[in-house]
Amino acid sequence: MTDTTTASFAPRHAYLALWLPRIEAVVIPLAALISGLLVFSLFLLALGKSPVEFYSLIYKAGFSSGFSWKNTLSRVAPLLFAALCVALPARLGLVVIGGEGAIVLGGLAAGITGAMLIGAPAGIAMLMMVLMSALVGALWIGGVGWMRVKRGVNETIASLLMAYIGIALLNHFVEGPFRDPASLNKPSTAQLPDALRVGDMPIGIEVHWGFGAGVVACILCWFILDKTTIGFAARITGQNIRAAQVQALPVGRLIIGFTAAGGALAALAGFFEVSAIHGAANGSLIAGYGYTGILISFLARHNPLAIIPVAILLAGFEASSGLIQRRMDLPDATILVLQGIVFVILLLSETLYGRLAIFRPSYWRV
Amino acid sequence: MAMSDLTVGFIYVGAKDDFGYNQAHAEGAAAVKALSGVKVIEEENVPETVDVQNTMESMINFDGATLLFPTSFGYFNPHILEIAPKHEDIRFQHCGGLWSADQHPGNVGSYFGYIGMGQYLNGVAAGHASKSKKIGFVAAKPIPQVLLNINAFLLGARSVDPTITCQVIFTGEWSLAVKEAEATNALADQGCDVITCHVDGPKVVMETAAGRDAFVCGYHANQSPLAPEKYLTGAEWNWAEVYTSMIKTVQSGGAVDNFVRGGLQDGFIKMSPLGPAVSDTARNQFEATKAEIMKGGFKVISGPMKDNKGNMIASAGESFAEDDIALESMDYLVEGVLGSTS
Repeated sequence: MTDTTTASFAPRHAYLALWLPRIEAVVIPLAALISGLLVFSLFLLALGKSPVEFYSLIYKAGFSSGFSWKNTLSRVAPLLFAALCVALPARLGLVVIGGEGAIVLGGLAAGITGAMLIGAPAGIAMLMMVLMSALVGALWIGGVGWMRVKRGVNETIASLLMAYIGIALLNHFVEGPFRDPASLNKPSTAQLPDALRVGDMPIGIEVHWGFGAGVVACILCWFILDKTTIGFAARITGQNIRAAQVQALPVGRLIIGFTAAGGALAALAGFFEVSAIHGAANGSLIAGYGYTGILISFLARHNPLAIIPVAILLAGFEASSGLIQRRMDLPDATILVLQGIVFVILLLSETLYGRLAIFRPSYWRV
Repeated sequence: MAMSDLTVGFIYVGAKDDFGYNQAHAEGAAAVKALSGVKVIEEENVPETVDVQNTMESMINFDGATLLFPTSFGYFNPHILEIAPKHEDIRFQHCGGLWSADQHPGNVGSYFGYIGMGQYLNGVAAGHASKSKKIGFVAAKPIPQVLLNINAFLLGARSVDPTITCQVIFTGEWSLAVKEAEATNALADQGCDVITCHVDGPKVVMETAAGRDAFVCGYHANQSPLAPEKYLTGAEWNWAEVYTSMIKTVQSGGAVDNFVRGGLQDGFIKMSPLGPAVSDTARNQFEATKAEIMKGGFKVISGPMKDNKGNMIASAGESFAEDDIALESMDYLVEGVLGSTS
């Protein structure tokens, strides 16, 4: 009698214990997002604007047609890489917010490398652009990790301040030693030939390969974090650094490695901006993608797989910003306000994890 | 609504009310709105990234715009050049670019104005107002358009008193309020008593300079409300005039030239009304110089002239009229300007 009950109960319990946390991890952020949209609706109503019109314009501009999807997806690539630069160190408990520096310097490295290799075989030149870009980004953010490990320097402040240095370096090199004399009123590195330009993916809408590469990078990062011993070691370190040290995990090397990997990925955002969009490195690289990446990674709870839909959603918001300005006569900061409200509610929702009885296996026992 | 309305899109890199570059264009757009048979759509704070490509296509696809004014210099290459060939029936009018028939699509045009002449007139007013014989210039980046403005400002002042010098400080960014304030204070500390600028939004420079009891000369738009007592005059864009005339040409079925330039005499630029601090002598010379410029072909750079490193830039008898294309690749500061391009 007792034997049969435990036998039938055990698999069900294991099933619940496995799936309830996963459901919780989807339901809470989703509920936070919807609450954020509802709170923002109140804000719109207070301004005498229609929330229905607002959200239908977001749908129309961001997700309704081939052009809408192009408008959205063409903005996603740098956001994916920028978010990974936050998510990877976050697994170790580090808050790196200076991905912008790695993005602009990665773009600069790609632009300079490409300009110096004009005439070399395109495949090799392109590969060198990617490698140099990633190397510079790895050194930049890896340097932040190194300072953390060796000198105990706060990585959040260090990475942010280094972003300003990175931007100053970009301006210096673009306006000085590597300026193309032909770029009169917009100082840039030399124009890249078509062979060194990344093209569009064959998916029927004009979205360059950076999007595909970014999605693959997210999946790879998820695999490494969730399915390998390195990812496991990183998670232990992030949860309890002393326990990790007691277990003789290479904490220092993990920190430097993960920050360097994050920096290399952020730098690829710069590479794709230069090679796919601008065709040269210049001040347009300073577009704030690094900062949007922070928001995305936090919204995705630093889960690389969740970064993909979150980045697409935010890109869709931004794609609709123009239409909202034009149709509803709302200022351009409207979308920023929306993002801010969603972000705050999401941070508040963090306190709900483990507190809602419905997500505990015990709730479902009879 | 007799015929289908012409939908015109204006795109700005900054805020429409920045008291500067973008406001000047938005004032032009406002004048277009007043025309009949035209629908104006606008978008502000559009970065020079894939964003502006999407904004242009969004205006075309969702609003049916057939004439676009993407007004920031950085929108040209690669963004307009990327989008224009895909929409051959849409006209892209770009401010500042150097359109050329053999390199660029036929549905793209570029226009700009000789606003350096306005800075020359600013210099004339400044030359009379300065007691310390030191005037100051807060500049964004050492690019040709900016360098010409700095040089013209000093040369205008030197037409009043050849001992005047002009200190320039580059902030490195088009819009960076903190550095603009620092630079203005540094100029005031060094004794500059008339200050002008070339940044996207001159608001901070005007208010900071006036707060330090220096006179100011405006740029891009009329900033006199920011410093009514200290404002001498200002070099302003007159996009209202330019845009309404372009729109009327299009409405009447005509074609706007692909490469358009114009100066004070063509109504491309204008001067702010002279402020209360401008003396009668200053007013007389200002008006006389303005009349000279109105004749067209005014030569700011006129030999013999050296740059501030001692290199000859124009030998005796050599001069560059305002419409000389060589001025659009200027890379020097003239003698009397204190500062360096790198």
